[in-house]
Amino acid sequence: MNTPAPLVQVTNLKKHFPITRGIVIQRVIGAVRAVDGISFFINRGDTLGLVGESGCGKTTAGRTLLGLYPATDGIATIDGHNIIAAKGHDLMAIRRKAQMIFQDPYASLNPRWTINSIISEPLRVHKLLRTEKERTERVKELLDLVGLNARQINRFPHEFSGGQRQRIGVARALASDPVFIVCDEPISALDVSIQAQVVNLLEDLQDKFQLTYLFIAHDLSMVRHICDRVAVMYLGLIVELAERNELYETPLHPYTKALLSAVPIPDPKKDRNRHRTILTGDVPSPINPPSGCRFHPRCPIAKAHCSELIPEWREITPGHWVACHEV
Amino acid sequence: MGTLLDVNNLKTRFHTPEGTVYAVNGISFKIDEGETLALVGESGCGKSVSMLSILGLIVIPPGEIASGTAIYRGADLLKMEEIDLERIRGKEIAMIFQDSMTSLNPVLSIGRQITETLHTHMGMNHEQAVKRTIELLEWVGISDAHSRLGDYPHQYSGGMRQRVMIAMALACTPSILIADEPTTALDVTIQAQIVELVIRMREQMGMAMVWITHDLGVVAGLAERVNVMYAGFIVEEADVDTLYDDPRHPYTNSLLAALPRADRRRDHRLKSIPGAPPNLLVEPKGCPFAPRCEYARERCWDENPVLSVVGTKHRIACWVDIKTGDLR
Repeated sequence: MNTPAPLVQVTNLKKHFPITRGIVIQRVIGAVRAVDGISFFINRGDTLGLVGESGCGKTTAGRTLLGLYPATDGIATIDGHNIIAAKGHDLMAIRRKAQMIFQDPYASLNPRWTINSIISEPLRVHKLLRTEKERTERVKELLDLVGLNARQINRFPHEFSGGQRQRIGVARALASDPVFIVCDEPISALDVSIQAQVVNLLEDLQDKFQLTYLFIAHDLSMVRHICDRVAVMYLGLIVELAERNELYETPLHPYTKALLSAVPIPDPKKDRNRHRTILTGDVPSPINPPSGCRFHPRCPIAKAHCSELIPEWREITPGHWVACHEV
Repeated sequence: MGTLLDVNNLKTRFHTPEGTVYAVNGISFKIDEGETLALVGESGCGKSVSMLSILGLIVIPPGEIASGTAIYRGADLLKMEEIDLERIRGKEIAMIFQDSMTSLNPVLSIGRQITETLHTHMGMNHEQAVKRTIELLEWVGISDAHSRLGDYPHQYSGGMRQRVMIAMALACTPSILIADEPTTALDVTIQAQIVELVIRMREQMGMAMVWITHDLGVVAGLAERVNVMYAGFIVEEADVDTLYDDPRHPYTNSLLAALPRADRRRDHRLKSIPGAPPNLLVEPKGCPFAPRCEYARERCWDENPVLSVVGTKHRIACWVDIKTGDLR
């Protein structure tokens, strides 16, 4: 079997937000280095998990990769086209194939629009179906696909529960027949019993349409369940990336180890006998990240050189990458 | 050990323009000295409202305590005058909340907010209060507490603010600490820090604790006894090991099956619970979980089961034995 090229290929992607001072004459006095050079690929039909704590840059990475934020530097190829350099018609063409599902199902749907207008928006923007009638038919088909009643097509978002709204968000993302979807914490605003519904729906749709997902989340249990490979981010950088069972069973980076040991496990007996690495302190500011390895001030195994040298991104075993001096 | 708080048949309602919200529908439970009880359930199940009702923190109207007693050291908290309740609240029964940013006053320094509690409840003078505040802050792991007294809440990080909330709650050495989703807004590594801190505090002070949460993972490592709530009812109560080993209510059972595990390889799809929790604007009739329950029978729609014993300290509110699928 020959391996086809990955559907998504990200190389050294950077997104810095300038910090300015002054009202009329704005001077740039610094930058929030939200994403500071990340590289990864996702094979067609696979799910890559992007995990990390709040402020680590995972959401910014997802948005920059779709061109929602102009990138500071780097290349992001989706199905062979670099979205960072694309303009005009080319950009539109890539965007049709790459969609997003947002975290907050309350904020991401326009409350004044009917479900029909919301879901058919991508169809109108990309001029995919000419007539109103065709579009309505397609919306009904999409509602059916995500498990909502097609008769609810003229209702407004407030008439739906959180889980149903997230289904509407999924239907909108599917409208333009994408090949790649960035799922930005799609379930973290939902109750446990509803999370499973949405996750199962995402999996069914992936099977049906061979979709490729970037699944951004902080829930490490769900990430192990849904993702094929997992990347761990810390302060704008990916510190470890591996196949899911490899990462969860033999984590190499001390941050990954600490993160995994902090995940609550719904099993009292097992939980009592666990060894926990409890990190001290908080995540430092991405405006002025620590020198050398960015994790060194909180790292339980940091040595003197960790504060001076930036660790190299190395492949330790096939497919298992890590950035740490001490591995 | 003696019972500290005995809650019986508590019903809380809210009269809103849309109609009456049946938030808590007759729950009964006890808290023993020094024990940790978890109240677990999804949003809107009444877990927070029930504790707020007991502490007299429900705004009446629109709220209404329709029935019930909550006996704490021989006195009924629900019938107590506000002035007497104020002596208990914060001093003997303290509470910490999910959102530390809105629970702390943004325009008062951290030091001022803690010393105020000590003035009010402990009758300390300024010097004593400041000294005690520094002790408390160091105790909950805030380094250099002395110089951070004058800082305002926004100058602390989320984890640090939650530590301040804990220091404040523990300032008067309460006999019960009620923690309402204290780690939900925090990252997992910070959550682990706070859980560890709370366990250490509990060991040192021997207080009883009620931990309100939706997270069955956190509960496993923390609680001794668990009450599972659904739509304003307690549907299952058990000690923590029993609940996870042998859940007997269909809701608890499905909830545990709906959880992915970070410590295991994936072996199956998640079991999802169809539908959504019931509309609380409708007066409950029958079992609240019946519309989503795979075991539901005709009887479940008409009659709401009361909690009944299925094992040692293990009670469920269900007509069906999920092991056989037959009526119990």
